[in-house]
This record gives sequence, structure tokens and C-alpha cells, in this order.
Amino acid sequence: MSECHEIAVVPVAQISAGLPLIALAGQPNMGKSTLFNLLTGLNQHVGNWTGKTVERREGIFRYNGREFCLVDLPGTYSLTANSPEEVIAREFIVRERPQVVIAVVSAAHLERSLYLVAELLSLSAPVVIALNMMDVAMQEGIRVEPEVLAAALGVPVVPMMASKAIGVRDLLRVVEGVLEGKVVSQPRVPEIRADHRQILQQIETLTAEYVPAPYPPDWVALKLFEGDPEVAKMMENVLPAQNRAALATILREHDDAFLVVASGRYEWIGRMVRAAVTQPKIGQIGLTERLDRWAAHPVWGLFILAAMLGLVFWVTFTLAAPVQDWMDAQLIVPFAEWVGSLLQNAPLWVQGMVVDGAIGGVGSVLTFLPILVVFFAAFALLEDVGYMARAAYVMDNLMHLMGLHGKSFLPLFLGFGCNVPAIMGTRVIDSWPARLLTILIAPLVPCTARMVVVAFMAPVFFGAHALWVSWGLVLMTLVTLVLGGMLLNQVLFKGQRSAFIMEMPLYHIPNARTIGLLVWQRSIAFVKKAGTAILAMSLLVWVLSYLPEGDLNTSFLARFGQFIEPVGRWMGFDWRLTVALITSFPAKENAVATLGVLFGNAPEAGLAEALAASFSTASALSFLVVTMFFIPCMATVAVIRQETSSWRWAGLSVLLYLVLSMAAGVVTYHLAVWFGWG
Amino acid sequence: MSHQSVSISSLKTGEQAIVLSFGCGRMVQNRLASLGFTPGAEVNVTQNYRFGPLIVTVRGARVALGRGEAAQIFVQRRSA
Repeated sequence: MSECHEIAVVPVAQISAGLPLIALAGQPNMGKSTLFNLLTGLNQHVGNWTGKTVERREGIFRYNGREFCLVDLPGTYSLTANSPEEVIAREFIVRERPQVVIAVVSAAHLERSLYLVAELLSLSAPVVIALNMMDVAMQEGIRVEPEVLAAALGVPVVPMMASKAIGVRDLLRVVEGVLEGKVVSQPRVPEIRADHRQILQQIETLTAEYVPAPYPPDWVALKLFEGDPEVAKMMENVLPAQNRAALATILREHDDAFLVVASGRYEWIGRMVRAAVTQPKIGQIGLTERLDRWAAHPVWGLFILAAMLGLVFWVTFTLAAPVQDWMDAQLIVPFAEWVGSLLQNAPLWVQGMVVDGAIGGVGSVLTFLPILVVFFAAFALLEDVGYMARAAYVMDNLMHLMGLHGKSFLPLFLGFGCNVPAIMGTRVIDSWPARLLTILIAPLVPCTARMVVVAFMAPVFFGAHALWVSWGLVLMTLVTLVLGGMLLNQVLFKGQRSAFIMEMPLYHIPNARTIGLLVWQRSIAFVKKAGTAILAMSLLVWVLSYLPEGDLNTSFLARFGQFIEPVGRWMGFDWRLTVALITSFPAKENAVATLGVLFGNAPEAGLAEALAASFSTASALSFLVVTMFFIPCMATVAVIRQETSSWRWAGLSVLLYLVLSMAAGVVTYHLAVWFGWG
Repeated sequence: MSHQSVSISSLKTGEQAIVLSFGCGRMVQNRLASLGFTPGAEVNVTQNYRFGPLIVTVRGARVALGRGEAAQIFVQRRSA
């Protein structure tokens, strides 16, 4: 079983031990997360499945005075080992033996969503079907009769509208009934065609007595027949040589059996739904089709996407920027003053470390929270409505230039808010090379923190042209992103391209709770980061800027800046700009704060004048270009390491952006001097 | 109407067809099969602009396919 422990699933968390274990299974876009959030609310824990970068969510809910542990399995279309998600879902069901598996299916996509149910029933899982999205089905002209479906399948079916919290009580009542043995199901398990049944029987005869517990032997035989790589690997280790050879011969003769099995499941589904579903009349056009004529159009779709993005940014900055200013002026500054007054009698270095180092560093990062909250909310809204799949669809052509496909667009877009969720968001990309490439180029998306530096510096040096310079900088990074993607794809992946196969969900009314929880979880992750990694780094930078004499101008940091000043000079920097750049590593916007300290804690207007007097336009432009391209911030590097499970890729990313930013700085500075802006 | 096998990417918007076979690798075939693209399945081309990805409706669900993937799915046209 040595092959298996890498896909083993750890038992549920301690807190929920002893509670009845309920699993939530379903294909993507079936409203599974909405149901999970509805049941558990904030009483949930989000982590990763052991050894995988697949999100694991579990929580506790109460019904009739009893507590239940609910585990949200990854959304998958099947249970064949095509992806880590599928392996996790089925390993959990086989090993943890949940007492009830709630299979969330969509009434609007009944045939397709029952495919997973067919697989669950072959696993002998105790299934209760949550027939969700009854309202969306109605909107598309589809009618489903739950009782007829339940009678056909032989398992309980509960009609629901999770987004409106309708049907949840009924679902829980049925779940409780199954737990107490009051609701008994007699599922009709899908069978395969008679001529293939014989072959399946042969496979089972060869393998059954060697199948390791707790795998059901008939299921293992079916998966071997389907050519499932993980199950084949598992059996290879336990079968005697003779059986192995006989099995290999059978499987070689039937290497397209997976199509037979899949067809068989769909035939079975066809029989199950025939009486239960009334399709829309011919010629009746649903809402989704009408909207997609515009939203998924190759030309209009791009205009709509551009308008959507513009709207998101506009809303983000008009709504959140005043809140950010307010937080800074009304919360952070008074808090720093208050703490300062408490520490009046403490040594000067303590005051400096707490007020300037900790509060200054973490505070400036926290003021980004309103911007991120609004941005995440807008993003989650577009996703929940179903628009994001259309954005991916219309961007597919452009992404092809980089050997990527449409799905990579979504995490990159998230990067405009903050690169950290962007890199975590690459989990939606199904192939590893495409995902890695997206992770490597994601830091080129200019995040809000970098835009703050631009927004401060550009007006100082370019006055009325500041807006054009800012746009130019953003355009420059995006063009570099496309070129860099093309180049990296050729160098690292030999120009290969992964398959673009993506479901286009039906449009539906968004659910406030789902959006709220998503924003909440992303924000909490950001605040945690500010409280730990950024706090530590802010303190370190402060200490380096204080020791040994308590004066920044003679500090270790300054000495280091002076030491590498010759390098900075290629880009037109003096040691102060070099130090400012280095301190942007913990958080990009630190660059402005550092310059503030280096120019004698001048108030911002004073800083602007001081900067304008000290640096040429060429140096300033070069500094902005380097800032746009510089090493991803500390949090981003940490998350690259986490998502790639390797310091190698995180290190490569640092090196890549160091070289890129310096090269861009040198070219920009010398071009600008040549234009006479020196 | 002809009964020969054509790739799904050569169908026009609104055309219907029956899936015959696949020219793509096993992994991709497997993913397509679980989404409902099995031999004998009815498909309806919801959107095909002759370039870029297309949208195909299969078993009541809309699926976006890259042009490269669509070129590897062979179907037989169905006369309306």
C-alpha cells in the first residue's frame, strides 16, 4: 500500500470527532458551496487536503438539537482519477465512510449532474440527492418532478433552492431519517451492457481476493476496466504475477472500455430521468442563451468584459478610497499617537519600534483592506452570477498566445487587487504546466499596492501628464505579461498547450451569503498575513534602519544601500532610492514610507517637493518602472512557495523579477537621459 | 445530408450532430466523456464563429471547447 499513502486522507479534525459524518459531493456550479455555507455559516474551517493544494472545507451544523460534521468534497464531474480533486473525493468516501453523502445536483443540468451520482452509487455510498436550482431550471423552461426521480433512482430526492435557503429543512429531515434508519433507500445501481458484463466478471475474479480493504472489490474491478491509473497502480503492487499478466491482457484488448462505461452510465441516467423531466419547448430561448449572444460574442464580449473591468475598478476606488483615507486618518494615526503616549516613558527605541515599525508597517498594509474587500466582493459577485466563465471564454484567444487558455484569465484579473489571492486562484487551472506558468507571470499584474506608489510619485514628477504615465506603466506591465508568458512557455514548456474544456454555467441570481463568506475568508487571510509575516518584516526593516546609532542615515540599512549604490546608479538611483526599493519587499507601498523617513519625516507635501528637488525625471521614471517589475512582495513569494510546494519556483520567480526589473530600469534610465530628461 | 464523420469545429451555429469518435488523448477523452461527450450523444453547436473557442450543448449543459479540442471530436451531422 505504499503507493496509497500519498493520496490518503487524514481523519476529520478533532473538534468534530464523534459527530455523525456527512459528506457533501457534487459537480462544480451546482450550488454546493452555497449549501455548505448555508448549513455551517461561520462555523467552518478552511484548510488544505494533506499534501495537496486543494481546498478542504469542513464545518459543524446543528439540527434538532444535534450536531453534525459536514465535509465539503472538492467539486468534480466524475470519480475517475483525472485530477487530484477526484482522487480526494473518492478516497474520502471509501476510507472515511461518511454516514450520509449529500449529492448536490442541478435540476437545470440533471442528466450531466447525475453522472457523479451514478459513480457514487457504484461506490455503495449512502446517497441523498439535493435537487438544487429548481428556480434556475424553471427560468430555462425545464421542469423536474422530484418524486418521480426518487422512485426511479431508489434514493431520497429533496427539491431545493439553496440560494434562497428553500428546502434545507426538508433535506436535513431526510438526512436525519437516513441516519436513524427511518428512511431506507434501495438504489438502482447502474449496470453495464451484457457483453461487457462478462469481461468485468473476469476482471473481478482475477482481482477480488487481493483488493486491499476498505475498497469494494466490484468497484475496483469497474475502475480497472475503466483504465483508472490510480487503481491500476494500487492493484499492480498486490496482485500475483500470473493474475497481473492475465489482467493486462484483458485491459489491453479493451482499452477504450472507459467510453463504454461512460456511455453505459449516461444510458442509465437517460432511463432514470425520462419520466421525471419535461424539456423546454423547441424554439423557447432561455435567459442564458439570450445573454450569451452578447456576453460570449467574440467582439461584443470583449467590449462587455472591458466595461465590467472598468466598472469593478471604478466601484473599488470610488467606494473604498475614501474609507482607506478615513482609516488612515481616523484609526491608524490616532492609534499610533495613543500608543505613543502610553509608551512616553519607555526608551526611545521601544517607542520607535512599536509606533514606526509595527504600527506604521502593519497599519499601512491594513489600510488596503477596504480596497480589497470591495474588489473581492465585486469579483465574487461576477463569479456567483456566472459571468466569470464568459470572461474566460472571450479571453481564450488572447491567452492562447501564451500557451494558456481562458481559465488562466480569472486569477490574473484577481491580481489587480492583490497578487496573493491571484496565485491561490490558479487552482482553477486543470493542468500543472499551465498553472505553473500562470503563477510565474501573475506578479506582472500591477496590484493596488504598486499603484499607490505610482499614484504618489507620478504627479510629483509628471504633473498634468501623471495619468498618462500611470496608464503607460500599467500597459507596459501587461504587454510584458503577454510577451513574458509567450517566452516562458517556449523555454519551460516547449510551447505545449493544455486543453480548454470548461462548463458554461447558467446565469443565476447571486447569493449574498456565498459572496459574503468568500470576501470574509479572503480578508481574514489578508489580515492574518499582515499580523504575522508583514509584522515580522516591518520590525526587521525598522531595526536595520535604527541600529546601530538610532539614525536612519547612518544605519545598517543605509550602509547596505550605499554599498550597492553602484548597482543602483545604473538605473539612475542614489542610495536612498535603492533603500526605498529594498524596503518595498515586505509590502510594495513601503517605498513611499521609506522615502518619507529618509527625507526627514517630512509631511507628504514636503516629501513631494523634496523628491522633486532631489531626483531627475529620468531617475523617477526609472524608479517607477523598476517598482512595477520588482521582486514580488514577501507575501506573494511565500504563497508561490506554498502553491508550488517548492522553494525552487519561488526562488526562480525572485531571480526572474530581479533581473527583469533591473534590466528595465537600466534601459528606461538611459533612454530617458538620451531624451534629455536627465 | 451526408453521413460522413466531420469534426465538431466544422459545424455551424445551430447545427446538431451525433458524437462518433475522438482523436484526442485518453485524459482529454476521459474528461469529455464525464461531461457527456460519449459516442452516440447528441450535441448542439450553440456558438461557433469560425475562430476561437466554441460553445457546444451536450446533455442539456453548455460546454466551452477550445478550437483544438473541438477539432478532435468527430461527429455525424443530423438533418433537422
